[in-house]
Amino acid sequence: MADIEIKNLCKMYDDFTAVKDSSFKIKNGEFFVMLGPSGCGKTTTLRMIAGLEIPTSGQIFIDDKDVTFLRASQRDIAFVFQMFALYSHMNVEKNLSFPLKMQHVKRKEIKERVLEVAKILRIEQILKKSVNGLSSGDRQRVALGRALIRKPKVFLMDEPLGALDAKFRDLMTKELLLLHKRINATTIYVTHDQMEAMSMADRICVMNQSEVLQIGKPLDIYRKPTTRFVAGFVGSPEMNFITMNGHLKKGQSEVIFKDLRISVPKIHEDVSEDKVILGVRPENIKIDKNGNISGKVISVEYLGSRQLFMVETQLGLLTARAHSKEDIQNGSNVVLSFKTETLILFNPKNDKAIKSDLYEDSDV
Amino acid sequence: MYKVSLKNISKNFGKQTAVIDLSLDIGNGEFIVLLGPTGAGKTTTLRLIAGLEKPDSGEIEINGSFANDMSPAERNVCFIFQQYSLYPHYSVYDNIAFPLRSPTHNFTEEEINTRILEVAKMLKIDHKLKNKATLLSGGEMQRVAIARALVRQPLIFLMDEPLSSLDAKMRDELRFELKRIQQELGATILYVTHDQTEAMTLADRIGILQEGRLIQTGTPREIYEKPLNIYVAKILGSPGINILPTVFFNYKSMPEKTRYIGIRPENIKINKEEGMEAEVLNIECLGAETIALLNVDDNMIYSLLDSKDIDIKENDIVHITAEEKNILFFDKNKNLINNT
Repeated sequence: MADIEIKNLCKMYDDFTAVKDSSFKIKNGEFFVMLGPSGCGKTTTLRMIAGLEIPTSGQIFIDDKDVTFLRASQRDIAFVFQMFALYSHMNVEKNLSFPLKMQHVKRKEIKERVLEVAKILRIEQILKKSVNGLSSGDRQRVALGRALIRKPKVFLMDEPLGALDAKFRDLMTKELLLLHKRINATTIYVTHDQMEAMSMADRICVMNQSEVLQIGKPLDIYRKPTTRFVAGFVGSPEMNFITMNGHLKKGQSEVIFKDLRISVPKIHEDVSEDKVILGVRPENIKIDKNGNISGKVISVEYLGSRQLFMVETQLGLLTARAHSKEDIQNGSNVVLSFKTETLILFNPKNDKAIKSDLYEDSDV
Repeated sequence: MYKVSLKNISKNFGKQTAVIDLSLDIGNGEFIVLLGPTGAGKTTTLRLIAGLEKPDSGEIEINGSFANDMSPAERNVCFIFQQYSLYPHYSVYDNIAFPLRSPTHNFTEEEINTRILEVAKMLKIDHKLKNKATLLSGGEMQRVAIARALVRQPLIFLMDEPLSSLDAKMRDELRFELKRIQQELGATILYVTHDQTEAMTLADRIGILQEGRLIQTGTPREIYEKPLNIYVAKILGSPGINILPTVFFNYKSMPEKTRYIGIRPENIKINKEEGMEAEVLNIECLGAETIALLNVDDNMIYSLLDSKDIDIKENDIVHITAEEKNILFFDKNKNLINNT
């Protein structure tokens, strides 16, 4: 159980900045996900917290203790990697007890803790089996068990599910979450998969190009992204970005392109750029005969529970999402409307979201 | 005439059977996706068509001719792998040009140039043609690999999980482009994957493989709505279909021999009072949608809801219903009972 605080953390490799001046706090028991494309600095940040990399500058605190220069073994953390390594000549029970033996824990206590962990992970019945014959799911549980058994203050996980089949990954996601609920250890989890981040995180930290861009609850990140990058990175299919006329005045609640007027949440700042970017998520575009955006459906993609359809409109190509029961025909003409209260405007100069009613209750 | 036609193909590796009595016709311009878990025989099927393996029995026809004895080169098929293998010391341009410069073709450099520019534009790598192949991102490398395959204009593309080594965002992007390019060119593609989303979004027809057997083929909608059995029902959809004992709901239309009922998560509705009582175990907000994990008499049930409709939280007691017309009934052998 631990609080973690990162203060002005920075990591350089020669001329290359891997992590740029990052500061954030992780609360005790939190499931904190670091999300970003490959090379954004998320793994480097994790490795510094683990003690596998020394920061160029900045500090790391675990429970108010400065651990910046402590060795990995002195930090009381457990690191779970993408590729689980087990001792193949030992059975499950010995694999689990090994870390405790190294710490000279009494034999009776080892036995108790192995049973406890095996119960949590539902692997009691395979304790005597060799790890070689196990399914990949069970191997993964054993590897997790080996991290759990030490009762570390913090779990660090670097894409632990990245190497798995899609189906199996779904299953393990659920297991990891339920496990986290039960033991409630502070967990930092690194992934490039926004779906995984959305489904698991208490809070998400989005990084890009060595920088922390936004930290927040999954739905806040999704609904109130503060930059165009975050808006585009989170959500699949991607948010639609549409160029509209700029020169906006504070208090305005409409943007214009050609002869088309689109209502937006009331904006809270003047914007002097010639153009602004309107962001609208696919599920916030509706077929609506009272709408004012007309277009032609050029593709319909069936996804089972829902369908995606693309519409060529006077605003450009839009991707929209609907229930699969709705009858949408390829090639048909449709009229669309946007859900006003969800719309976001971005300033193309710095790609930041323009302040508006949407962001009212949050500290953007 | 079919581009490729497989007739009762079987293939064993020693005692291990990889493909059993598989028949499949691939029409011109079709995008077919073979879906199944690791070891279902997906890759072996591709390798048999490519001529990298020989079938133990059965017939392969390519473009109407008997092809069992054709060499890989004679088949005019093109294989794209998960790991893009580019020539690292070549530029992007030369990598794409490579197959066209082979002595078996007689293209002038001008023809080659025209083709490369066309394909590069399509894959949005026309600004990278002078770059060295090693200085590209993973997504760009796979684009180059696809471009190199496209310039050859083969009879059929065989793709073995070409997107699985890319990161999630890149995968979404390239998946979308692949579909667009395939439609633009009218290319014929046989694609294998274990990812149901890829299969649903890419395929004209999906083929479901189970332990070497092709057990069902059909459009994504056919397979999603009328799965042959519980195995197929579970392969498509995320979160997966809820399979429950019959005691669960009492439906008038339930056929007598029903042993299991299957309800897709999007068809489980959460109500204030109507329906069975359920405890909310977990809520996952995925943005547009929310997944609720519910406990009903110790059965775990997933419900997929629009995020805007949600006003429940963990540990709440709610009530659930499922509309009768959306329910699948399975018999004791786990096969779908066709009640239409």
